[in-house]
Amino acid sequence: MLALGCVVFSQTVNAQTETDALMIPKNYFCAAGIYTHNSWDHYWEGTFKRENLNLGTISSNVYAVGGNYGLSNRVNVLFMIPYIKTNASAGTLRGQSGVQDISLAVKWLAVKQEVGRGLLSLHAIVSGVIPVGNYQADFLPLSLGMQTKSIALRGLVNYQVGRFFVAGAGQYVRKDNITIDRDSYYTTEMHYTNQVAMPNATNFLFSTGYRSLKFNAEATLTKVNTIGGFDITKNNMPFPSNNMDATLAGGVFKYMFQSIAGLELTAGGNYVLKGRNVGQNLSVFGGVYYVFSLKKNKSDK
Amino acid sequence: MYSLLKRINLINKKVMKKSISYILPAMMIAVSVFNSSCKKDIQERNQEYPALAPTNIDLNADTWTPILTASSTFTIATPDAVTTPNYLADLNEIKSYQHNLTSEQKDIIKYWSAGSVLRWNEILRELVAKHNLPPYQNDDGSYPFPSAANPLAYPLFPFSNPPYAARAYAYVSAAQYDALVQAWKFKKQFGRPAPYKTDATIQALVPKSELPAYPSEDAVVAGVTAKMMELLFPGDLDYIRQRAAEEKLYRIMAGANTRSDMDAGESLGRQVADVFLTRARGDKAGAAIGKPEDWKALEVNTAAAGNTPWISLELPKRPPMLPLFTKVTPFLFPTETVVALRPAPPFGTNTPEFKKESDEVLAMSKDHSREHERIVAFWADGVGTVTPPGHWNNIAADEFVKHNFSEVRWARNLALLNMAEMDAAIVCWDAKYFYFNPRPTQMVMNIKTLTGIPNFPSYTSGHSNFSGAAATVLGYIIPEKAKAFMDMANEAAMSRLYGAIHYRSDCEVGLQTGIKVGQYAVNKGKADGAGTGN
Repeated sequence: MLALGCVVFSQTVNAQTETDALMIPKNYFCAAGIYTHNSWDHYWEGTFKRENLNLGTISSNVYAVGGNYGLSNRVNVLFMIPYIKTNASAGTLRGQSGVQDISLAVKWLAVKQEVGRGLLSLHAIVSGVIPVGNYQADFLPLSLGMQTKSIALRGLVNYQVGRFFVAGAGQYVRKDNITIDRDSYYTTEMHYTNQVAMPNATNFLFSTGYRSLKFNAEATLTKVNTIGGFDITKNNMPFPSNNMDATLAGGVFKYMFQSIAGLELTAGGNYVLKGRNVGQNLSVFGGVYYVFSLKKNKSDK
Repeated sequence: MYSLLKRINLINKKVMKKSISYILPAMMIAVSVFNSSCKKDIQERNQEYPALAPTNIDLNADTWTPILTASSTFTIATPDAVTTPNYLADLNEIKSYQHNLTSEQKDIIKYWSAGSVLRWNEILRELVAKHNLPPYQNDDGSYPFPSAANPLAYPLFPFSNPPYAARAYAYVSAAQYDALVQAWKFKKQFGRPAPYKTDATIQALVPKSELPAYPSEDAVVAGVTAKMMELLFPGDLDYIRQRAAEEKLYRIMAGANTRSDMDAGESLGRQVADVFLTRARGDKAGAAIGKPEDWKALEVNTAAAGNTPWISLELPKRPPMLPLFTKVTPFLFPTETVVALRPAPPFGTNTPEFKKESDEVLAMSKDHSREHERIVAFWADGVGTVTPPGHWNNIAADEFVKHNFSEVRWARNLALLNMAEMDAAIVCWDAKYFYFNPRPTQMVMNIKTLTGIPNFPSYTSGHSNFSGAAATVLGYIIPEKAKAFMDMANEAAMSRLYGAIHYRSDCEVGLQTGIKVGQYAVNKGKADGAGTGN
């Protein structure tokens, strides 16, 4: 649902449904509850990798609920809303807690056709993020999020042969200005305003794995790139409009119960291999999905 | 369950061929929503400042009392008569620029026309913010110190922390004020009008003024400021010179000054700066970092007096910030007054009052009010910012713009403000290092803070001193807003308690001490011959 677009100095909220090629059928609803734990003790100031004994390990616990509704067999509507609590293990800075942003997405299965021995599908996903909680964005790395409205377009190609698949996705995220509590700030020059122009971002995903009716396993490689923004200067604090880039490797597993119809368990994680103006985050998550029909469907009996 | 999975599988296997006809229109709608959905243009306050058109040109400013240069002698060349070939060449230079102004040149004119003192104050604030970064530690856990001799080696010189910044603002503002008072003397002596008055074909691209043009007040400000920067921000002289050159061009392009007006002004400015640089090099700020034995003595002496000494809460432990800043020569009063203004001691760490104040800080630490977070963040002015004195310069600038002060009054008002800020820093640092008392978080381990803890003792709060002094001076300059400024100062002071980094008494006593320092600047203002100007 919410993908990895908000990895970085704010908190990563994990869920895979927006980025995978799976759809749920018309009039079905998938309810999700997902827990994510993020932590890092090293980060990059620009390209300089360091630790900070005055922060120790920055961690967060993310409790998200979401849903995916099959508007039709080819169009799914998704939402997710997380509650987040952040913490620094050293120093005195106070963590934040609260509801972050709601993310909404429409996922459209645009093309589905047999190509060679396999099945090729093309998805287009339009998603938006709207901050819900009145949290303080300009308190990185302990803020819950960036307090930015954004809209994103994603294209997803999936090619499946038997039970094996490869997928690639590209996303462009356009972000709204944010309002901070200060009325002046320095980036690479002085700004006399409480508005911050947030740089847009792209997000590329490559994944491959195995899908069966019982079990999915998937390896992912993600590249998050902020277009523009500026580097954190040495020993400075991070700022929402920093140039935050990251390359992440991850895995996702899903188990579908055979005994209880519609119940699925998912787990996985992501690790930042290389970054710029981000923490070297290790994110692990586990969640429960429950898929059920909203209409009586005789064929299901 | 199987039926569900099969159904999903079925969908995934359906072959759709006409889908391409949906894709293009849908994508186009998405892209148009996309492009209109997020706004990006930001109008910053300082971009909207109007061209300065003083309501009173303060023609008598040559009689105002300067800060340091009342008995100094400066020389500038006698200007060429307006009929000489040299002067006519100057006019032709203006005409040649005005004949074909580019949009970039028009932007330069618009920017600088808001006022020279204002724009240089902004440039100084920008440099303070850029340099307000504590050095990163060495591998062995010690800290390097910036070196003025090698300003571009890491750590960059200077580390413009609040005392450093307060002093920089004060010297630049005071030197600008003196330079303009001296300029006014020559302006009246030579009485040379602006180019747009001597030649009807030259347009005034800034508001016209009756003030004589030689020497140019803009060039005086640029000259004095650029020269002061050689001491204060020696690693940024390329930027400073580029801005000064741009301003020089602006006055010529705008038809407001000739090149000879500018050259004479720049020369005068640099001469005045020399007087201030001599003072600055002898004011003991260069030794304010102190030595390891000074830092140790603070700790030992405090413990010997039966009190808990401050310790750095940073890891690795960082030496205290500028412990000998207390010895810096103030602008507004003699050094003895610093001791006279020292507040009564803070509550001892084993008294019930101390316990009560600590409990209050802990309660603030647990208070998750968004309004507290907002206030703390608004006034935090920590690393990478213009510092609290700079914040009060922001406030002053936004306010002064509304009053259309002359350049010389702008400089005089900012000089009063910034001398008060520097002396408030000295007085505050005196209390901090005389009492050397611990921050709340040093004493109560479970206090969490809403902002970073500055690396110096608690009593009294620097923000409170700076804000009390600034609000007092601004309230004198703009009497109708005196209460509003003091309300802001109160909020700034309390932000440090809300942020759980100061006890209430640090804030309240600091505010009162700052107000006392501010009063010295007010008294100086009342006696300098400038009056209120309204």
